[in-house]
Parts: sequence; C-alpha cells; structure tokens
Amino acid sequence: MLTSLWLLIAIPFVSGGLLLLLGRRADRWGHWLGVLAPAVSFVLGLIAFVQLGGRSDKAVEQNLWSFIAVGDLKIDFGLLFDPLSGVFVLLITGVGSLIHLYAVGYMAHDERRRTFFGYFNIFVAAMLLLVLGNNYVMLYLGWEGVGLASYLLISFWFNRPSAATAGKKAFIMNRVGDAGFALAIFLLFKELGTVKYTGDGGVFESVGQLSQGTVLMVGILLLLGACGKSGQFPLQAWLPDAMEGPTPVSALIHAATMVTAGVYLIARSNPIFSANPTLQVIVVSVGAITLLIGCIIGAAKDDIKRVLAWSTVSQIGYMFLGVGLGGGAYALAIIHLLAHGFFKANMFLGAGSVMHGMQDQVDIRRFGGLSKHMKITWLTFMMGWLAIIGIPPLSGYFTKEPIIAAAFERGDWTSWLFGGAALLGAGLTAFYMTRLFVLTFHGPKRWTEGQHPHESPAIMWIPLVLLAIGSVVAGFLMKTSVVTWLNPVFEGVETAHHESVIPHSLINILGIAFTVIGAGLAWMLFQRGTALMPEPAGPVVTAARNNLYTDAFNEVVFEKPGRWLTRALVYVDNKGVDGLVNGLAALVGGGSGRLRRLQTGFVRSYALSMLAGGVLVLGALLAVRLG
Amino acid sequence: MTPMWYIVLATVLFSIGAVGVLIRRNAIVLFMCIELMLNAANLALVTFSRINGTLDGQIMAFFAMVVAAAEVVIGLAIIMLIFRTRRSASVDDANLLKY
Amino acid sequence: MKYLSILTIAPLVGALVVAVMPRSKPTLAKQVALLWSLGVLGVAIASWFAFNAGDGGLQLRESYTWIPAWDAKFTFAADGIALVMLGLIALLVPIVILASWHDAEGSRRSVPAYFALLLALEGTMIGVFAAADILLFYLFFEVMLVPMYFLIGSFGKDVLPKQRQYAAVKFFLYSLVGGLFMLAAVVGLWVVGGKTFDWEMLVNADMSTGAERWLFLGFFVAFAIKAPFFPFHTWLPDAGGAAPAGVAALLVGVMDKVGTFGILRYCLPLFPEASRYFAPLAIALSLVGIIYAALLAVGQNDLKRLVSYTSIAHFGFIGIGIFVFTLQAGSGAVFYMLNHGLATGLLFLVVGMFVYRRGSTLVTDFGGAGKLVPVLAGVFFFAGLASLALPGLAPFVSEFLVLIGVFKVNVTVAVIATVGIILAACYVLWMIQRTTQGTLNPVLSTVDGMRRDITGREVLVVAPLIALLLGLGFYPKPVLDVINPAVEKTLTHVNVVEAGK
Repeated sequence: MLTSLWLLIAIPFVSGGLLLLLGRRADRWGHWLGVLAPAVSFVLGLIAFVQLGGRSDKAVEQNLWSFIAVGDLKIDFGLLFDPLSGVFVLLITGVGSLIHLYAVGYMAHDERRRTFFGYFNIFVAAMLLLVLGNNYVMLYLGWEGVGLASYLLISFWFNRPSAATAGKKAFIMNRVGDAGFALAIFLLFKELGTVKYTGDGGVFESVGQLSQGTVLMVGILLLLGACGKSGQFPLQAWLPDAMEGPTPVSALIHAATMVTAGVYLIARSNPIFSANPTLQVIVVSVGAITLLIGCIIGAAKDDIKRVLAWSTVSQIGYMFLGVGLGGGAYALAIIHLLAHGFFKANMFLGAGSVMHGMQDQVDIRRFGGLSKHMKITWLTFMMGWLAIIGIPPLSGYFTKEPIIAAAFERGDWTSWLFGGAALLGAGLTAFYMTRLFVLTFHGPKRWTEGQHPHESPAIMWIPLVLLAIGSVVAGFLMKTSVVTWLNPVFEGVETAHHESVIPHSLINILGIAFTVIGAGLAWMLFQRGTALMPEPAGPVVTAARNNLYTDAFNEVVFEKPGRWLTRALVYVDNKGVDGLVNGLAALVGGGSGRLRRLQTGFVRSYALSMLAGGVLVLGALLAVRLG
Repeated sequence: MTPMWYIVLATVLFSIGAVGVLIRRNAIVLFMCIELMLNAANLALVTFSRINGTLDGQIMAFFAMVVAAAEVVIGLAIIMLIFRTRRSASVDDANLLKY
Repeated sequence: MKYLSILTIAPLVGALVVAVMPRSKPTLAKQVALLWSLGVLGVAIASWFAFNAGDGGLQLRESYTWIPAWDAKFTFAADGIALVMLGLIALLVPIVILASWHDAEGSRRSVPAYFALLLALEGTMIGVFAAADILLFYLFFEVMLVPMYFLIGSFGKDVLPKQRQYAAVKFFLYSLVGGLFMLAAVVGLWVVGGKTFDWEMLVNADMSTGAERWLFLGFFVAFAIKAPFFPFHTWLPDAGGAAPAGVAALLVGVMDKVGTFGILRYCLPLFPEASRYFAPLAIALSLVGIIYAALLAVGQNDLKRLVSYTSIAHFGFIGIGIFVFTLQAGSGAVFYMLNHGLATGLLFLVVGMFVYRRGSTLVTDFGGAGKLVPVLAGVFFFAGLASLALPGLAPFVSEFLVLIGVFKVNVTVAVIATVGIILAACYVLWMIQRTTQGTLNPVLSTVDGMRRDITGREVLVVAPLIALLLGLGFYPKPVLDVINPAVEKTLTHVNVVEAGK
C-alpha cells in the first residue's frame, strides 16, 4: 500500500467527481458511493499505517509527476506518508466515514443529497492531499481545496441569503490567510530555493541557514495562513457563521478536520517554529487569546451549533497553545486534536440529531428535558460533554491537562500568563458546555408549539455511539502510544526543559477543581431552565453576545471603507479616466466642427486661400534661398 | 532681346489672371482668367526651356495646353448646366457645396 | 508543411466562402464555418507536433517576397510563446462559433456575415502571432481591428441606446491611435535598424540609447492600449460589455494578448536597454491595474463589464510577470496568457448563456438562479474559480509562477500583487452570490429561458475548456515545456536571465 499512496486521494476524488458529473442518474445510489469512498480510503490508510509501523525509516515519499518546473524552481506532485500524516489520514477517513454514514440519514430528505456527497468526497480528497503532500505547494493545493469544499458546503443551501453570505465570508477570510501562506512559500523559495519539506536540502534541513528575521517572517506568514484556516484570532469570525451549512459539514469540516489544518501546518513546520523563540511566543499568544475569546463568546450564545463552533475555536486555541509551546507539546497538541476530532464530531452530530428531532430548532432556550425523548443522543452527547470538559478518565482529561501543564513549564513569568489562561479556559469550557448540556437535555421543557421530539434512525445513532466510544477511550489509548509514534516527526526538536513553576500534581488538582467549579456553577444556574428571550445584561455579556464586536470591527474597518472606495473608484473611472478619453474625443470633435466652417462654398475665397498659400510657399522658398 | 522680358510678360499676365479670378463673379470671365494664368505659365515654361537650351519646358507646355483644352470642355459644360438650372452665371450663387 | 501560412490563409479563405453563402441558408453557413475552424484546429495541432519544444528560437519559418525595395517579406515563424497563442486561437474559435450559434439571429444583419467575420478575425489574429516581419505584424495588427469593429458594431447588444456603435468606434479609435504610434516606431526602426523589417536581423541591430527608448515607447503605447494596461483600459469594459458574448471571449481571451505578446516579442528583444529602463513604469502601471480594476469589478452591475474589469486585473499580473525579467515570472506570464484565454473565455461564454436566457446583462436582474439552472450555475461557478486562480486549475499555476518569480527580485511588488488574489476572491464570489445564490428573484422564475438548464450544444462548448483548465491545473508540464525555452531566450536578450540550475 505504501507504494500506491495516491489511491488514498484518488478514490474519494474520483467518487466525488463521478457524483457531480453523473447528475440525476446517480441520485438513487450516489450516497452509498459517497460513503464507500472514504471507507475504502480508511481501510487502505489503515493498511499503510500498519506497514509504516513495520518500517525503520518511518517515512515514505513518492513523487508522482513533475508539477511545476521552471528554471531553478522544481515542484513535484509528491506525497509523504509519515507518522504525522498517518494519524491525520486515519482521523480524516475514519471520523469522515462515520460522518458520511450519518449524513445518509441526516440528508435523506434533501433533494440535492447526491451533490452533497459529491462535495463531501471532494473535501476528503483535498484534506488528504493537504496532509499527504511532501512540499508546501502540495499542502497549499489541498489547503485551498478544502477551502473550496468548505465554501460549497457552507452555502449548500444557497438560496438562504445567510448561508450564501456565510460561505463567501469563510472563503474570503480564508483567502486572507492563504495570501499570507503563499507569501511564506515565496519567501522560502527565495531564501532556500526549495519548497520541499525534507530531502535534497529541503526546507527543514536548511532552516539553520536562515537569519532569525527571515525565520520569524516565514513563521508569521505561515501562522497567518493557519489562523485563517483554523479560525484563530484575528481571523476567527467566519467559523461560527459557517454553521449555516448542514450539520454533518459542521462536524466533519468545521470541527474535526479542516479547521485543525492550521495545527497540522504548524506541527508539520515544527523545525521552523522551533527555530525562533519569539515566533513561539506569538503562536502561544494567539492560542491563549483565542481560547479565551472562544470560551467567553461561547458562554453567551444560545444557538446550539454556534456554542459548539465557538467551543471549536477555543479548543483549537488549546492546540495552538500546544504547538506554540514546542518541544514535547507538539505531540500533545496532536493528540488533543485527534481526541477533539472524536468528541466534537460526536457532539455536533448529537446536535444534528437533536435538530432532526426538533424540526431544525437550534435555540437552546427552546430545548429542555430532551433526555427522556432521545436517550441515545443524550448518552452519547454526555460522553462528549464529559470528554471536552476533561473529566477523568475520558479523553479530554488525558489530552488537555498535559497542555495546561506544559504551559506552566516555560520557566519565566509567561508560564503564569499562559498557564493561567489555559486553566481559566478549562473552567470556562466546563461552564459553557455544561450550560449547553443542561439547557438541552435537562430542566423543564421550553419547546415551541407542535414539537414531537424523537430519536433519530439507526443510521444516525450508530455513528454517534461509535464516536462516543472514541470520546471515552481515545485519550487514554493515545496518551503514550501516539506520542511515541509521533517521535520521528518531532525528534529533531530540541527541548529546552524548564521546571514547571508549580508542581504537576497541583496543576492536575487545580484543573479538575476549575472544571468542577465551572460545571457546577452552570448546573446550578441553568437546571431550572432559562428565560426564552435575551435578558438585559452587563457589558461583558452584551459584548460576548456580539462576538466581542469583532464583526462590527471588520465591518467598520474593512467592509464599509471598501464599499465606499469601490463606489468612488467606479465614479473616478467613469468620469476621470474615461472622462479624459471622452473629453479628448469631444475636443477633437469640437475643433473639427469649427474648422469645417472655413468651407464656405464660395469658389473665390478658396482661390484667395490658394493664392495666399502659393505666396507663402514662394516666400518661404525665397527666404530660404536668400537667407 | 533678353529672355527676361518674356518672364516679366508672363508675370504680368499671371497677375492679371489671378486678380481677375479674385474680383470677378461671372463664371465665364473667371474661366478666361484661369486660361490667362495657364497661358502665362506656358509662356514661362517655354522661356525657361529657351534659357536652359533643353526641350523639357516646351514639352510641359504642350501637356498643359492639352490638359487646358480638356478642362475647358468639361468646365464650360458645367457652367452651361449651372446657368440653365439656376439662371445665373455668378460663382457666388453656386455655393451649395459647403460644410 | 507550411503550417503557419496555411494557418493564416485558411481561415481567411473560409471567411470568403462563408461570406458568399446566401442569407437564406444560415444553418449551412454555420456548419461550414464550424467545420472550417475545426480544420484549422487540426492544422494547429499538427503544427504543435511539428514544433521542436526544446528550442527557444523561431521555428517553422517561411518567407515569401513582398516589397523587395523595403526588404519587407511575408515571413512567418513561431517560437514557443507564439505557438501557445496560436493553439489558443485555433481552439477558441470553433468553441465560440458553437457558442454563438443563435447569437446573430436576432439582429437584422446577415447570419453568414457574422460567421465569416469570426473566421476573418481568426485569420488575422493568427497572422499577428505568426508574423516574423515587423511590417507584416503591423499590417495584421491593424487589419485585425476591422472584423472586430463590425462584430461589435453590427452584432452587439445595446443596453443603453447607441451603446454598441459607441463601443465599436471607441475600440477602433483607441486601437488605431495606438497603432499609429507603433507605425511611427516601425518606420523609425526601419531607419535606425538597417533598412529591413526582418525581425531576426533587427534583433541584432545596434542603435543609440535615445532612439531605443523612443522606439520602445512607440511600441509600448500600442501594446499597453491593446493589452490593456491602466490607464488605457477604458475601452475594454465598453467593448466587452457591448460585444456578443462569443466575440467578447475572443476579444479579451485572444486579441488583447497581442499586447502582451507584442511586448515579449518586440519590446524586450529589440529594445533591451529601454525595457530595463522603463520596467519600473510598466510594473507600476500593472500593479495599479491589479488593485484598481479588481476594486472596480466589485462595483459593477453589468456582468460583461464586470468580467472585462477582472481581465484588466489579470493583465496586471501578466504585466508584472513580463517586466521583472525572471524566468519563473516570464513563463508564468506566458502561461497566464493562455490560461486567461481559457478561463475568461469560459466565463464570458457562460455569462453569454445566462444573458441569452434572461435577456439582460444586469446582475440585479438575476438572483438565486442556481435554483432554476443548477448545472449552468455550477459551470458559472467553475469559471469563476478559474478566474480567481484556485489551486488545481491552470490559472493557479501561472499566477503562482508570476508571484514567486516577482517575489524573488521585488518583495514589495509581490506583496501588493498578492492583495490582488484576495480581491479576486471578493469580486468573483460577490458576483456568484448576487446572480446564482440567495433568494430567488421572483421575476426570474417567470422568464421562459431560465426554465431550461444547459443544453447539449452548450455542454460541448464548455466541456473542452473545463477539461483543459483542470488538466493543465494538475499537469501543466506539456505547455510549460514549450514556453520555457522561448521565455529563456527572450530574457537572454534583456541580459538578465539566470540559467536553470
């Protein structure tokens, strides 16, 4: 299998292409093809994964064909299968297959289900290309590919103006990040003459030749790309809006896989990020700021999917914190990413199941008491909830606690800053997730008229159960095994080991204490339900409800001036630039009109002008002759 | 006798013709004045030919005469037609061909 | 085989044949025109195989006596750059003929005349790219305007009254003014370059720096108007907006490339010193064009004008690619010329299909059209993606090459140009959203045409373009292999090429 890695990408790509091209002919069986493709990729990925485990070099490269070769720029269409891409392949195809399966049920009543699966498969293919590429251009190819799929799926119900706008917003904000990423690639090529990761003097081997300033620049540009894709500060605003898409999309793309691509990018580029301490501080700061922003806003939202979306923003903040800390924390961020893939996909699908039973209601103020009506959804969602807030021995505990502990190990005052933020975030996470859970499944019923909540069909709850099992056990299983497995990728990273500013056991206790306090507080506040309408609140809550005014900021600083500028330029182009041209034409036209008047029709005046002309010519000749 | 006088005569004839074209309105008179100018030019050509001792000028003069004759035929016909339709031989009345 | 002269003459003969067909048999005229253009495409493909890709110089050379006194000859020859453009023309013309199958029927003009003009346009455009004699190039450069003038003026659509006449005259005069500057420069070049029009001899001519700069400017103005670069661009939105969609595709997709092609073939090799001297100016104009035209595109309400403005932005990329004088940027720019022809051609043709159905070019007359014509909307979206250079499609490769080549020598320019790729996403998606997404425009569902999704003929029109955009997006090597040596040779003239390691 390791010799034909391209199959992993080709299978979902071809399947997606077929689904889109065949049209209505494939309506009856298209969704099954759509489920089969990632499942086959998963099996192949598993085989490749096992085979890789039996090899000593732990990395397989394949150059399929020469993609771009101009002068000294040589980019191959090449793939790389190593421990890092291996775990991503399994996450993407594994969780992806389950979500595909779920979508068969969830999208059953949508007339464009086949198209949906077409897009979904294209997404899987692009995401696999993203993690399997062996150079930055391949990564970029997949990077924009998943952006496209994300756009198509967010605005899947394109006749809803909000969905169309959300898709556009996602794509454009991503493009801002992508532009940064592209510039990073250009800079690497300019300085090193290559964009390949390793081998033949690849980027990672020659990072040492770069000046610190260049490394910092490359890192910041890569980080910009990562922030765009992963919804990190300051490019986080698109992710919650992306919830306009169908729920399986939110689960797969905007929770489990695509949004974690930023973490992958930084983890993949670990030799660059580890080479400059300032850069690491920036990444850690982005992570810390984002995780707090996500928690604060998440606690104020009432739309079940948006709470989960902000929670995703916040959890990816943890991952950024992890990869920014560097050293051993790279692997911690990756296992948190994998665990998050399970429990967040689980909860998103759970939310979808709730919406399915509640006529697409998304307002948690209108839920309540659903635990009796949808037992499986309730239980599986509970597993996700306990996992994300980090109750031992569920997976979140094993993956989040070590990141918090690592944040306290920086050895200077920043330990307190970042460790404190991570700890506070854990408490807040417990608060808003408990709020969500309690308001949805417990407390009094606050349903709108005519609701008959019911459990979803088996095709939807089977993936839920599987993901719930994953949420429970994944953390414990991955705690050491995956960290060891990832060693070959991160082993080059030197770890300047500092003592933790407070003992590990204390951090552990503090973490659990914060979680219990947050969860308990939320349980007490919301077990009796909540008001049905937004109540007047203090400035913090109001700000949080308005996404901390980031959308307003974007509108005032970019959108409005942009529109104004566009309008002004249209005017300038019509009246100014084109006016100049038309003015010139009018001038010539008017001049000719005047000149025409000389043609009077009187023969004798023509004769006079001829004579005058003759005399003038003669005079000139004479003047030249005599002078 | 020096050839100079022929040149002077040609100049005088040309000037008379030119002034005639400018101040007279009758198309026939105008036409005659143009002929006068042409002949002045012919006279000058022949004189130059004589001065230079070549025949080029004389040949040119013959060309000019032939062209003038052809021109008279067409010109007079046009004038006749204009006179018939407009009852006037004044060139100032024939000013329709303008901007 | 005398490929190039056949390629030039055959469409002109075809134009005559189609032109004399009776007006009463429009279908026959269309069929003959289509078959004829397919035949030309066949010759173009054959010439592609006859071409030796490894050689960067002029190949397939033919020369016939024309005006011995001036040393002007009918000389045809092509390098890799010209060959790619010839292929693009030969490909696009049959597609455009097929796409505008019903376009000429509404007008009072003769249908055979429309298709005859299209073939005449093809012949003259091929002549421009195949000429290796500067007087011959100039001749085709000007003659090319004539069929285009009639295609816009007689077969265009009026949104505002008299718009097409206005657009046609503006296009003609603008190009003619540029052409006159060039004529002066051509004559000047003949005088200082050793009294010959032969390109290969003029390349080696010695001239003073002053003369070189003036002559460069003469050519450059003509090409900058044709391309068009800011601030000579205002004729394009008018012409593109008024022309029938197929003609607009040829106008923007191919004819405008004469400008950038001319810069590569004439300005750079003939006036290397002047090219270096004026490069900052050209780069500045291109950069302004990228940002300025992109912002203007966002603000347009007429689909065809919008697409025209996007093209001006794209020409900015080609401009910086040419004038930074690196191999990557140069090859990227040439590849961009091809890809832009495919992508914008497709975009114009699809816009034409929408306009034909709706009877309006205004964005505000659409809205939610994806509900009615999902497949057509999908193709429209695909064309938009090609226009914003999505990775995986051919324009990405060229844009990437241009930017990476620019970045190598001038970081500031590259950074500003990169802002252009963000703006590209804005104008494309904003256009898509306003036409095919959002709430369905109630008026739209009452229009008969909008009930019909893409037809079989239209599938034939878009399929080859989509296939090429995708294919070259993943495997651009065949084309890059033809372009690279020619670009390298062109840059050798400017003396700044870095050898491939």
